[in-house]
Amino acid sequence: MTLFILRRAIQSVFVLLAVSIVVFFAVYAIGDPVELLVSPDTSAAEREVMIRRLGLDLPIWRQYLVFLGNLAQGDLGTSFVHGVPAVELILQRLPATLELVVLSLVIAVSIGLPLGMIAGLAPETRTARTIMTGSIFGYSLPAFWQGMMLIFVFAVFLNWAPAAGRGDTVSLLGIEVSFLTADGWSHLILPAINLALPNLALVLRLAASGTAEARLQDYVKYARAKGVRRGRIVRRHILRNILVPVVTVIGVEFGSLIAYSTITETVFAWPGMGKLLIDSVYQLDRPVVVAYVMIATFIFVSVNLLVDLAYAVLDPRVELEKGAS
Amino acid sequence: MTPLPADPSRPLLEVRGLRTVFHTLAGAYPAVDGVDLSIARGEVVGLVGESGSGKSVTGFSLMRLVDPPGEIVAGEVLFEGRDLLSLPESEMRAIRGDRIAMIFQDPLMTLNPVLTIGEQMIEAVTEHHGVGERAARARAVEALGQVGIASAAERLRQYPHEFSGGMRQRVAIATAMLNEPDLIIADEPTTALDVTIQGQILHEMQTLCEASGTALLWITHDLGVVAELADRICVMYSGRIVETGSADAVLDAPRHPYTAGLLGSVPSVNAPGTRLHQIDGAAPPLSARPTGCPFRTRCGNVLPVCAEIDPPLVGPVPGRGWRCHNPMPERDAA
Repeated sequence: MTLFILRRAIQSVFVLLAVSIVVFFAVYAIGDPVELLVSPDTSAAEREVMIRRLGLDLPIWRQYLVFLGNLAQGDLGTSFVHGVPAVELILQRLPATLELVVLSLVIAVSIGLPLGMIAGLAPETRTARTIMTGSIFGYSLPAFWQGMMLIFVFAVFLNWAPAAGRGDTVSLLGIEVSFLTADGWSHLILPAINLALPNLALVLRLAASGTAEARLQDYVKYARAKGVRRGRIVRRHILRNILVPVVTVIGVEFGSLIAYSTITETVFAWPGMGKLLIDSVYQLDRPVVVAYVMIATFIFVSVNLLVDLAYAVLDPRVELEKGAS
Repeated sequence: MTPLPADPSRPLLEVRGLRTVFHTLAGAYPAVDGVDLSIARGEVVGLVGESGSGKSVTGFSLMRLVDPPGEIVAGEVLFEGRDLLSLPESEMRAIRGDRIAMIFQDPLMTLNPVLTIGEQMIEAVTEHHGVGERAARARAVEALGQVGIASAAERLRQYPHEFSGGMRQRVAIATAMLNEPDLIIADEPTTALDVTIQGQILHEMQTLCEASGTALLWITHDLGVVAELADRICVMYSGRIVETGSADAVLDAPRHPYTAGLLGSVPSVNAPGTRLHQIDGAAPPLSARPTGCPFRTRCGNVLPVCAEIDPPLVGPVPGRGWRCHNPMPERDAA
C-alpha cells in the first residue's frame, strides 16, 4: 500500500513535468503579453524595463528553467496582470469551483444511480425506456446551451433563481462558501444542475448497464435461491458490484469538472477557477495559465490515485501492488 | 409460517405434470414437458440426463426460479401438500433457502465476488429467522466446520476469491445446510470440480443429509455419481422422465434404450477392458423434436409405431416405469 502510493507519487512528478513543458511552450506560442500589458504611449526605455522585470527578455528555454527553479521552491510565478502570486489567485477561486463541482456530483450520483438501477432492473418496461431516452438529452445537448436554457426557464421566465453570481457567502474555517446561506443556495443550484446533467446521464447509463448485466448473474439467482429479499439483493448484491465503474467515472469527472467547469462558470458568471482561466487567457497572463494547468493536473493525478485506492476497498479482488505496474 | 406436521405416508415433494416452456420468436418450446416426480423425506433421488434434457430447468422450476423467456405453464409442485406454484411470491421466498435449499453447478460464479463469505452465509439465516447477527454467525461457523473447513471464524471474513473451487462448493453446501432444510436441490454440484474433490464432496453431502434427514434431489449427467449416491433414479430425456425406479433396478436392469445407452457409456459402471458404448447423435433441439417418441431418431430398438405414438409410462409396480414401445429385455436385478 505505502509502496504503491510512493510509486504513484514518483510517477506523478514526471506527469507534472511533462505537462509543464507542453503548457509553458504552448502559452508562449499564443502571443506576446507585452503588447497587452504596456500601453502604446510608453517609451521604449520603460518598455525595456518592463520586459526585463517580467523576465521576458530571456530566450524561452531560459525562461522555462527559471520557472522550474521557482517551481522547486513552491513558486508558480506572479500574475502579470494582478501582480500577486498566481497560486494565490487560483486558490482564492478554488472554493467557489469546488463547491459547484461537489454539489453537481452529489446531484449526478444521487439521481443518476437510483434511476439507472431502476432502468437496469426492468429494462423492458416503459419506465426504463423513458429514463434511458431522457438520459440521451443529458449528455448530447451542449453544456452552454443547457445553461442558457436553465437561465431562460428558471431565472428569466419562472424567476425562481438568480441567473448570475455567487450570492451571499459566509466564512467557514476562513473560506468563503455559498452553500450555508439561502441566497447562496439559490445562486448555486442552477450552475450545479448545469454541470451535473452530463454526468448524471453518464452515471445513469453506467448504473443501468451494470445493473442489467449483474441481475442476470448466477450470484443474484443464488441469492434468490437462498430466499434473500429483493431489496437486499438490489442494495447489497447488485449495487456493490456496479460501484467500481461508477466510482471511476466520478473520480475522473471530479478532476475534469474542476478543470473544465469553465463553460458553466462563464455562462453563469460564477467567480470560480474556470472563469479566472478564461480571463487570464484573454489577457495573456502566462503565469496564471501555467499555474492553473499545473494545479488542475495535480488535482487530476491525486483524484486518480484516490480512485485506485477506492477500488481496493470496493472490489476485494484488486491488488494494488500488482495493479501499479 | 407454521410447517405442517410431517405425514410419513405423504411424500415430501410431489411433482405432477410440470411443464416449463421457453418463449422464442418462433413460439413456445417445452424444456420440461410433463414431468412427474416424487421425493420422500430423507430420500436421495438422482435426476439424470444429457445437456438440454431439461433436468436443470426442472430443478429451477421446483424453486420457481425460472426467468423469462422461460415460464412454468402447467403442473403442480406439492411440497408437504402445498402447491408451490400457486403460492404468493412472498411465501415462496420464505421457503427458498429455508425449507428447500439449492446448490448450483459452478461455485466460481454463484458466490458474490465482492461480499464476504460471512455476509453471504449470515444473510441466508437472518432473511428467514429473527436471530441476531451473532447467532447467525455462530451457526455459519458450525456449518463450515461440518463440511470440513478449518478456522471457520477467520474464513468468514474472507472473500470468495480466497477460496479454491472445492472450498467454495463446500461453502455452498454449508450454506444450504444452515437452516436444516427438508430438501436440497443440487444442480450438478460436482461437475466443475476435479475428480478427487468430487468424491470428497459426494461423501460429505451423503453423510450430512443422512445425519439431518434431509432429502436430496441430485441433478447430474453422470450416472456414475448417481450410482454411488441415489436411492432412486429418474432418467430424463427431451423434457420428460423416460425411466424411473430404484437405483438398483435402473442401473442393473435398465428397460429404456436411452438408459441402457447411458449406462454403456459410463466407465466406472462397465467392466474394465470392455469397449465403451456411445449413443449416436445428439439430443434433439427444443425446436425440432421428432414426432412420437423423442428418442426414436437415436434408438437401436426403433419400431414403426415409435414415429406414430409417444409411448406412455408403463411399469410393473408403482415407482418403477419406462416410456418405450420396445423396451430392453427384462433381466433380474442383481
